[in-house]
Order: sequence, then structure tokens, then C-alpha cells
Amino acid sequence: MSNDSQWPVWEVFLQGNPGIPHKHVGNVHATDAEMAIQNARDVYTRRSEGISIWVVPANAISASSPEDQGAFFEPSNDKPYRHPTFYKIPEGVKYL
Amino acid sequence: MTFIIIKLHLNNLIMEEGKQLESFEAKIAAGHKIEPKDWMPEAYRKQLIRMMSQHAHSEIVGMLPEGNWITRAPSLRRKAILLAKVQDEAGHGLYLYSAVETLGVDRTELLHQLHTGKAKYSSIFNYPTLTWADIGAIGWLVDGAAIMNQTALARGSYGPYSRAMVRICKEESFHNRQGYEIMMTLAKGTSEQKQMAQDALNRWWWPSIMMLGPSDDQSPNSDQLMRWKVKMESNDAIRERFIDRTIPQAEFIGLTIPDKDMKFDEKTGHYSHGKINWDEFFDVIKGNGPCNAKRLKDRNDADKNGRWVRDAAIAYAEKQLKEKQAS
Ligand SMILES: [Fe+2]
Ligand SMILES: [Fe+2]
Repeated sequence: MSNDSQWPVWEVFLQGNPGIPHKHVGNVHATDAEMAIQNARDVYTRRSEGISIWVVPANAISASSPEDQGAFFEPSNDKPYRHPTFYKIPEGVKYL
Repeated sequence: MTFIIIKLHLNNLIMEEGKQLESFEAKIAAGHKIEPKDWMPEAYRKQLIRMMSQHAHSEIVGMLPEGNWITRAPSLRRKAILLAKVQDEAGHGLYLYSAVETLGVDRTELLHQLHTGKAKYSSIFNYPTLTWADIGAIGWLVDGAAIMNQTALARGSYGPYSRAMVRICKEESFHNRQGYEIMMTLAKGTSEQKQMAQDALNRWWWPSIMMLGPSDDQSPNSDQLMRWKVKMESNDAIRERFIDRTIPQAEFIGLTIPDKDMKFDEKTGHYSHGKINWDEFFDVIKGNGPCNAKRLKDRNDADKNGRWVRDAAIAYAEKQLKEKQAS
């Protein structure tokens, strides 16, 4: 029938506690989303590490490439005025 | 003319490669991790695939000697603990296989190498678990030795491997403690129980210190692997730390390390051990340990007997998908 595949890869994201973002923790092999969530539960939350799981087919993820890292992220380096520490506020001025 | 152009092109490639190597090594020296899509030397990739897949295989083969005692654990508490421990080892295998896959190898291929005897796994799992005390000895000594090795590897340069190690180390300390607790309970029990614990220690001690790998004079650690932070510490250094920590634990529960030549060296502040039987180690690695054939057969049977489940799951998923598309 099928060749003995290890099933597609799903990337797993866990929310550790209410109110915080889901964080990537690893991946699992599974035939479908439902099984991926069950496998992720068994593999990544054996010690109550999470309260919510997202699974995403690995091949559906697009990523920036490491070679372009410089050119891609550098433009923000020369814009220090985006940070509050760029501005000098005289002593005595409060709540700013 | 074309010749010159090709030569120029080649020179450029070599220079390019040299620059890449330089920035790769600088990154590692600065303590940064190498991630799957980053450029890496072929030798780095190959060595990692070898190490990580052997490590993954060791986790799942390691389930077999312990699984042997799940149905015969002496109490419900012990049974639940052992089940959880063995399940953790399956998890460790999964973390590691998924980390190796980031280097572009397929899990099916890795398992195929294991099942055909082409891939190696830790020598330690080729020894039998004869009594319940062996489960104690494994948790205490084998997981204990593995922790020494894995905490070193957690500082390694390859991101996915190092993160898997961090996760695994967190789970290992429970393995280590439950094993020690089993040994302690037996050592405090009847004289037969204490004898059983001592017998397990006698059989597992040497294989446990051997599993940390050949001594440094037999396995010169290439400077390159150290520089690339694939290997973090020499085998002998890790072994020494394991021995230093374990001996007082044995003394505390009144068990004796089966090494007449073991003594504390005031000058170095470390224990020095007797002669290790490396012939036995290499023989087990070669496939001649007491359980090599059984482990390989059990892995193959598990793979074969689980095949219909994998096929059925795929068929079900395909059917669901078709129905979804039709509606
Ligand atoms: Fe493990
Ligand atoms: Fe373990």
C-alpha cells in the first residue's frame, strides 16, 4: 500500500501559562492535525509544560534566510531614535 | 580562456568557502549556536548526524532492558514510576530524531540503519536486566553517567542538539533519583535484598563507567571537534566527574564499588580507578555483548508489528482528506 513513511512533520507551539504567547518547542510526525496535537501532548507536555498547543505543517512555514540576516535586519540599527533612551529629559521632569 | 575563467571561478569558490569557515568558527568561539539553515562544514554536519543518531538510537534501545521489568515491578508506585521513566526515554528518542532531521536526514533512513545493524547505540544497553535491583542500578548509574555526558553536550554548538539536551537533562534527574531510591530501599531491606542491590552494582558498575567511551589515549579528541564544540569534554574527564560523584552515594547506602584499586587521591582530589577491561567494551560495541542480538531482534519486531498501525493511520488520514475535499 503506502511506503513505510514516518508521516509528515508538524511544528509544535506551546502556551505555557494563560496570557503569554505560544512558543516553538519542537516537532512531531503525524498523519493529520488531530494526531499531531495528541502526539505533541505526549511528547512535549508530560510535566504540565503547557495549557494550549498549536501545530503547523512544517512545510507551511516560510522563514527569513540566515544569509540575508545582515541586510534584512540592519536597517533598524541606525534608527536609535526609535528607543526612549535616545531622548534627554531634564532632571525634575516626571512621568516621562 | 574558458580554462582561466573556470580557474578564477574555482578560486572564488575556495575563497568564499574559507570566509564561510572563518565566520562559522568565529560564531562558535563567541558562544553562538549554529542553526539548521546556517552554513556549516561538511565534516561538522557528518559528525553531528553520526553522534545525534547514535544518541537517539540509544534512547529507544534503552527502553528495552527497563521495559522488561514493567509488568513485574514490585508495587503499583514503582510500576507507575518505571512506566513514566520509559515513556520519557521514548520522548528523548523523539527529540533527538527530530533534531537530526534538521540536518537533512530522514527518520526512516536512520531507523533503517539501526534495524539493519549498521548504526551503533550505547554499549550499555546490551547487558541484561536480571533482577529488580538492575532497574535501580540503571537509573542510578546509567542515567547518572548519561547526565554527566548530556550536561556537557548541552553546551555544544549545534542549536537543535543543544536545546534537546537541555530538555533531556531536566527530565533525567528524576530517572537518576528514582534509581537511587530503589537501591537505597533494597540496601536498607533484608540481607537478601541488600545482596541483590550489591549484585546489581557489581554487574553494572564497569559497563557504566565504560559507556562514557574509550579512554583519552585510545580516542584522541580531535582538536577540531573540540573547537567546533561538537565534543565538549574528554571521555576521561567526564568519567572522573561521574566516579567522584557516585562513590559517596554508594558509601551512603552501604554498598561497595566493585573495584579493589579504587582510591581517593589526596593530591588530585579525585578518585583513581582500577584497570578498565576495554577488550570487553570493544567486543560489545562490535556486537558480541550478552544482549546485542536480542535488542536488534526486539527493535525489528516492534517495527514490523507496528507497521499495520502506521499504514492504517495513513489510510485513515487519506480517506478523511478525500471526504473533506468531496464535501
Ligand atoms: Fe534519556
Ligand atoms: Fe533517562
